[in-house]
Amino acid sequence: MSGLRIRKARVLDPASGRDEELDLEVEGGRISALGRDLPGRPEHVVEADGLWLAPGFVDLHSHLREPGQEYKEDIASGSLAAAAGGFTTVCCMANTDPVNDSPAITEYIRRRARESARVRVRPIAAATQGLRGEIMTEMISLTKAGAVAFSDDGEVIRDAAVMRRVLEYARGVDRPVIAHCEDPDLRGAGVMHEGGCSTACGLTGSPAEAESVMVARDLELARLSGAHLHIAHVSAGRSVELIREAKERGVRVTAEVTPHHLTFTDEIVRNYDTNAKMAPPLRSARDREALREGLADGTLDCVATDHAPHAAYEKDVEFTAAPFGVVGLETALPALLAVVRSGALSELEAVAKLSHAPARAFGLRAGTLEVGALADFVLIAPELAWKPEPSDLRSRSKNSPFLRRELVGRVVGTFVAGERVFDLGTGS
Amino acid sequence: MRHLLGIEGLSREEILRLLDTAEAMLEISQREVKRVPTLRGKTIVNLFLEPSTRTRVSFEIAAKRLSADAINLQASGSSLSKKETLADMASNLEAMNVDLLVVRDRTAGVPKMLADRVRIPVVNAGDGAHEHPTQALLDALTLRQSFGSLEGRVVAIVGDIAHSRVARSDLLVFSALGAEVRVAGPPTMIPPGIEALGVKPYFSLEDALAGADAVVVLRIQQERLEGALFPGEREYAQNWSLTRRTLALAKPEAAVLHPGPINRGVEIASEVADAEPSRILDQVTNGVAVRMAVLYQLTGSEQ
Repeated sequence: MSGLRIRKARVLDPASGRDEELDLEVEGGRISALGRDLPGRPEHVVEADGLWLAPGFVDLHSHLREPGQEYKEDIASGSLAAAAGGFTTVCCMANTDPVNDSPAITEYIRRRARESARVRVRPIAAATQGLRGEIMTEMISLTKAGAVAFSDDGEVIRDAAVMRRVLEYARGVDRPVIAHCEDPDLRGAGVMHEGGCSTACGLTGSPAEAESVMVARDLELARLSGAHLHIAHVSAGRSVELIREAKERGVRVTAEVTPHHLTFTDEIVRNYDTNAKMAPPLRSARDREALREGLADGTLDCVATDHAPHAAYEKDVEFTAAPFGVVGLETALPALLAVVRSGALSELEAVAKLSHAPARAFGLRAGTLEVGALADFVLIAPELAWKPEPSDLRSRSKNSPFLRRELVGRVVGTFVAGERVFDLGTGS
Repeated sequence: MRHLLGIEGLSREEILRLLDTAEAMLEISQREVKRVPTLRGKTIVNLFLEPSTRTRVSFEIAAKRLSADAINLQASGSSLSKKETLADMASNLEAMNVDLLVVRDRTAGVPKMLADRVRIPVVNAGDGAHEHPTQALLDALTLRQSFGSLEGRVVAIVGDIAHSRVARSDLLVFSALGAEVRVAGPPTMIPPGIEALGVKPYFSLEDALAGADAVVVLRIQQERLEGALFPGEREYAQNWSLTRRTLALAKPEAAVLHPGPINRGVEIASEVADAEPSRILDQVTNGVAVRMAVLYQLTGSEQ
């Protein structure tokens, strides 16, 4: 007798290329069978006629804010948001307070995750101590403590020699270094993409080249060091070209793109909505097109949300004074399905970019529905239309550019090790 | 028109109506008793979060000539220096039954942000490098007095276009009234994508002035000259200053405008600022009339 059976779902499994109506069975937290009209009588049955069943999503870039900024988000609320968005594995960034730059903090995050998280939480540790861009962190000990990657994220490592040594050292533990590519001098006081919109708005712009010059630098350093460089939230078309060329030359580089950069352009900044303010900024329609093409041809390996919660009162200020960042876990799927409707991706590819591809980029054991794998999966109502209100979001913060916009497709159920951690129907 | 947040979004008809109203207001300032009872009992707050003398005084005089009560709040004396947020401050003012808010701030978008939060009309008195609509309206009024109409006229705006709210509002209002607008300055002072606003950029003062009917000279901020945009004041004065010689390239009797305060010998020579084609003091006079027209239209009996 088995534990749980999902019946008659459309199973989309990018790892195997499978796309067909099947039953899936779970036993002991793992997928025990996948097939048509499975025999036996399981304890629990979920009728999933008309729903998609996909591997649980994997987010390589979230800010869960714990420890230190629990008023924005904590591991419990962030993991609930993740579950509501279909994410079963979330990698959380190091810019907490204190910074996750020591094994003790990494272990603390993992303990808090065991105590309070609904999904798997994998910490990303800082690349340099205190995110100061000077002295590298104890990457070997951090890896043993559970760090899956290293990054100073928004605190860009300005000194190329430091970045070189970080990459070289990280190669020794075979973990990726994640680079937030924005040249701090070229970006200057920029709060949005530099172009016609910034000129019309009278806001200081940051050119696309602030990103691409740093992408170029880091790709060269990745080649020099032989390390695995992962480029975070690519926003500029030129960066896509540089990454494509580096991949052709055999540089060990992977890259991610956010749902918001795939969806919006700098046009939505025109009304000074601080929920359209993030770094790197939303860019031109041509950049967005290049991001979609780059995602489709594999130059950009996967989607990552850069989920960055901020309290309402922090965002409810002058545009230039507002913090950078938007939440993204709960709206990633419909954003990707909109890219599918634009013709850039197939449905199976969209699922891959959220699950199998990010897992593969970081070498995480996730993102697959093969028999024997952990039973982390998601049920999707692909045609369900909704307009998210702040109260719909499980995240403690509501700073989303997708609020009150028509979205199509929604996660209705999320399972981690076969346990249901989210159910849209019951709202829990 | 519920607010005046910028020239962007105003129709040609709305602009003309404001200018016509301003012309009617001009006469009030000529009277022995410069006061009409139109806005008696109305309370207007001038919230100036960036230092300004001219524009604040102009708004204050405009309110008083219409018999409104004008309260001036400045950044240093306000509760904003005690870390109150702008949104909270605006709500508090609204709760005191203020009838209209005039806002000047160093950040683009602040008037729009406040207009989204309060139910009373908001007037933008200059927000960062975004817009300064009453300045543009008074510039348009001044040029209309010179030419009758701006249709087909060529207006050159010279200076740091990238950081100028006056440039943005001016080019929008002049274009809306049918003028051909040129913007001129060194390339570091011309913002990207300016062509999308319907104007042509020039990197030479001489080229921009050739055949122009009017020149708007922008104030050069000292800190910009010492920043990365420009090598220094001498270079600017020698190559971008409006002098009798360079002005001669424009049409005879071309109007010269400057939003003030002027840096004599930097962007404009005294020989030009003080001589006949200069309309700089007319601009100041017209400024009061334009602001009276704006206050009247937003809070007056028409509402």
